[in-house]
Amino acid sequence: MVPITILHYLIVAAGLFVLGVVGVLTRRNVVIILMSIELILNAVNLNLVAFSRLWGLHGQVFAIFVITDAAAEAAVGLGILIAFFRNKETVNVDEVDLLKW
Amino acid sequence: MTPVATPFFFYLLSSLALLGGILVITRKNAVHSALALILTLLALAGLYLMLYAPFVAGVQIILYAGGIMVLFLFVIMLVSIEKSQREEQFNKQWIAGLVAAVALGALFVRVFVKSKALHDLAGMHPAQLPEQSNTQEIAVYLYGNYMLAFEIASLLLLVAIIGAVVMAKKRI
Repeated sequence: MVPITILHYLIVAAGLFVLGVVGVLTRRNVVIILMSIELILNAVNLNLVAFSRLWGLHGQVFAIFVITDAAAEAAVGLGILIAFFRNKETVNVDEVDLLKW
Repeated sequence: MTPVATPFFFYLLSSLALLGGILVITRKNAVHSALALILTLLALAGLYLMLYAPFVAGVQIILYAGGIMVLFLFVIMLVSIEKSQREEQFNKQWIAGLVAAVALGALFVRVFVKSKALHDLAGMHPAQLPEQSNTQEIAVYLYGNYMLAFEIASLLLLVAIIGAVVMAKKRI
């Protein structure tokens, strides 16, 4: 069996990243779009931790900062979603067109 | 100490992670998507353990799978899911979105196949990371090198708390 190198982890992370991009670009449900953003952030985290295997712990520290950002983003995004749902009774992004000219 | 059956666990965990990712973006019911995302997060925590990052793996499980996903599930229960399940799941420009994502994937494949630097990385010897004192080392970095970033992160969380309350409250 081929020994597992950093490259394998990077390929898995790239796959997760592409899945997240597909989710963001094609789904209508805001909740699922936010979850796809979490997928993207996790792919980045996997990259950072994989590189920290080669160059010391800085990558892991940065991964923790990315997790903090993800928590803040999820809280604010879901708050916006609740405010939006209260006004328009929908969770579809293509019905968010208040600012569309 | 060499870990046992590392390739087997790597392929198991990474296929679970990718399977969870596929389920997240294809399920109709948002609750099913959230559960699939939890599967992905737990598989990624396993991968972090294989990369000798036990602290990040613990944070991943406690904060992501335990905290953020509970928040997601609460919000899914607050907004009505029955109505959105009967509607069209993919937006009108989904073909263009899919083409763009496939182009991005092709770019990744090309980089991974062609790049010399990445293939040098594959041959590089892993650094000797401290396995026993991983958490202490990370704490030293957090409170030493990254002190300012740490403080800014706490400020960011404060702003996020206030922002979420302001957004979600009916009348302030």
